[in-house]
Amino acid sequence: MAIVFEKPKSLTSKEFHYCPGCPHGIIHRLVAEAIDTLGIEGKTIGIAPVGCAVMAYDYFTCDMVEAAHGRAPAVATGIKRARPENIVFTYQGDGDLASIGMCETVHAATRNENITIIFVNNAIYGMTGGQMAPTSLPGQVTQTSPYGRDVKIQGYPIKVAELLSALDAPYYIERVAVNNVKNVKHAKQAIEKAFRNQIEGKGFSLIEVVSACPTNWGMTPKKALEWVDSDMIPYYPLGVFKDRSKEEEAK
Amino acid sequence: MSEKVLMKGNEAIAESAIRSGCLCYFGYPITPQTELAAYMAKRMPKIGGVFLQAESEISAINMVYGVAGAGKRVMTSSSSPGVSLKQEGISYIAGADLPAVIVNVQRGGPGLGGIQPSQSDYFQATKGGGHGDYHLIVLTPSSVQEMADLTSLAFDLADKYRVPAMLLADGTMGQMMEPVLLPEPHDVTVEKSWAVCGTQMKREHNIINSLYLSPEVLEKTNFERYERYKQIEENEVRYESYLMDDAEYCIVAFGIAARVAKNAITAMRKEGIKVGLIRPITVWPFPVKPIREAADKVKGFVCVELSMGQMIDDVKLASECKKPVVLCNRAGGMIPSVDQIIETTKKMIEGGAR
Amino acid sequence: MTTQILIAGFGGQGILFTGKLLAYKALLEGKELSWLPSYGPEMRGGTASCSVTISDEPVGSPIIDHPDVLIVMNLPSLDKYEDTVKPGGIIFVDSTLIERKVKRTDVQVFYIPSTKIAQDMGAGNLANIVLLGKVLKDCPAISRAYVEDALKKVVSAKHPEMYDFNLKAIDAGYNY
Repeated sequence: MAIVFEKPKSLTSKEFHYCPGCPHGIIHRLVAEAIDTLGIEGKTIGIAPVGCAVMAYDYFTCDMVEAAHGRAPAVATGIKRARPENIVFTYQGDGDLASIGMCETVHAATRNENITIIFVNNAIYGMTGGQMAPTSLPGQVTQTSPYGRDVKIQGYPIKVAELLSALDAPYYIERVAVNNVKNVKHAKQAIEKAFRNQIEGKGFSLIEVVSACPTNWGMTPKKALEWVDSDMIPYYPLGVFKDRSKEEEAK
Repeated sequence: MSEKVLMKGNEAIAESAIRSGCLCYFGYPITPQTELAAYMAKRMPKIGGVFLQAESEISAINMVYGVAGAGKRVMTSSSSPGVSLKQEGISYIAGADLPAVIVNVQRGGPGLGGIQPSQSDYFQATKGGGHGDYHLIVLTPSSVQEMADLTSLAFDLADKYRVPAMLLADGTMGQMMEPVLLPEPHDVTVEKSWAVCGTQMKREHNIINSLYLSPEVLEKTNFERYERYKQIEENEVRYESYLMDDAEYCIVAFGIAARVAKNAITAMRKEGIKVGLIRPITVWPFPVKPIREAADKVKGFVCVELSMGQMIDDVKLASECKKPVVLCNRAGGMIPSVDQIIETTKKMIEGGAR
Repeated sequence: MTTQILIAGFGGQGILFTGKLLAYKALLEGKELSWLPSYGPEMRGGTASCSVTISDEPVGSPIIDHPDVLIVMNLPSLDKYEDTVKPGGIIFVDSTLIERKVKRTDVQVFYIPSTKIAQDMGAGNLANIVLLGKVLKDCPAISRAYVEDALKKVVSAKHPEMYDFNLKAIDAGYNY
């Protein structure tokens, strides 16, 4: 009998701590598959954030670093500059990357640091129990926006992919989703491309993954995935926002 | 054979760091340590090293965290307000047991304060600074030569004990020029089997981390770390004892304050007043023993500081308050004068040392 | 012997440069020394000062409360530092820029219109060096020895022609 489906080699056997129905498991898997496909496990160094993925260091078989809240791009910069021969990625959530770590994110992007960032946008702070994130949608009810996010008071959500694409430097920025098979398949390609860009020395690649948080959204996993389609993706359109390989071709 | 060169203290730190195998430096502009970053910016590209002006002190210290985790010698420098910003990162570096060197060329505070020399970050440097139970090895240079020597030592000690080390200097030390004999470039290859540099598929993955959700496990890491701190306290205390053999009064001062104190001592000795100096070179670990021994011998201590009196607490603890300890201080960027030290000492003597 | 020299004037007059030249000279003579600048915003137009201590023994404090030698290039500096000079000390005054005389009677004073001399040479920015020439001549604790070599150390390699200019300026002050 042939094995047709198994755990990627780059994932440890440690059981995920994520809630039932949480897409973090899928996204971890996609990252691990990309590492396997490219054969870079032995030279990859991953950086875990503060947030739900804080213990990602237990799940990947490559060397891992746990960073302070929001600082993963700075930590990645240090490592990549000190060890350019290694492949360095960060795995960050929306609070980590787009709130407390926005400065580090923008500056790593504008330096075109040759790193790969996997940015998981689920529009909420998950680990701390469902507070408003910089990416929470207008009107979205969270623990700290109990009457719904009022854009007049709490401002508008930050569209990270669009914002970073306004910079000249970053090499590749794409937004994907993991709410259905088609999107997952495409997300896999995008993540792989982001790692390949680094291997080829192209520079900063960020993949924004529109994700879900059934627990803190107060939805069933299935309903949460539907909400991604009905509410998240209309606000956060999928697609490639920056691809400098296209500019290179044009020249 | 190298010969003495004239250098600013800030530059001496930079060159000494490079010669000690530090090829990665991250900083953010702030007076009065900017020459250090400028020196690194000039030199690093020429020797295949890394200089990066970070977007903030916070980013700089986290870049340091990354490089330290990746097993290479790394340094950042700043001045007081910037070092406050670095505290989070320093706590993480300590919590992840990483070696790194942090330079604080202190200026007056609190808040934005001023840009003139100060020693008012003593508490921050020696008592924690960031959150959690941890220590830095804190070295206090008192000359440009020591700016170079102690930088080199800071890297060695940091690697030896897997702890962050801080060079606690001040604006005067950073800005002044003195002849300095730089350390010869030396081999600094230290085995760092714990570092992240890729498993090369030859070992289990290494993890650089300070998160332990189980309190039992976290407690254990704290206890183990403090065992190492105990070794540091036993082995790495450094101080200078100056004219203490026959001293009836003991001045305790470090950095620029110790330099001024020496002039005061020379002047007082000419008048027949037997004053000596204990100059802590490490303020953590603090030279407890020599001060305790002095407490049995001298009639009183004068603590000279560029702060509202911070080290004086450690002097009182070390001397077990057996003898009076008086403060001779200026703050906010001012420096105690020779005259002030003489006056304070004489007042203590006249007051029956109380 | 220890000589404490305080040099003061406006930012931009080359106060720190003069100090550096003295410091390098001392280094080449094999002496102990310290050079401490005032630093900060005053570098841009305010008063600047520089403390140079030269000694046969290791230098204690680099801070100079009571200089043996005061070299001043503007009135505010003379006003500020005149009274701090040790009795028996020496004050060198740029008399082009400072019109008043030194009030102290327990110090030796040398006046030299160094700014004018420098301007007449077509090198107005070398007044500090002209003044230094005078110091080398009339300050017993500071000889002329090694000043040429020291000059080579402090003059930027990018402007080698400045070496000759500086040397001429020193001579102008020295022979005044």
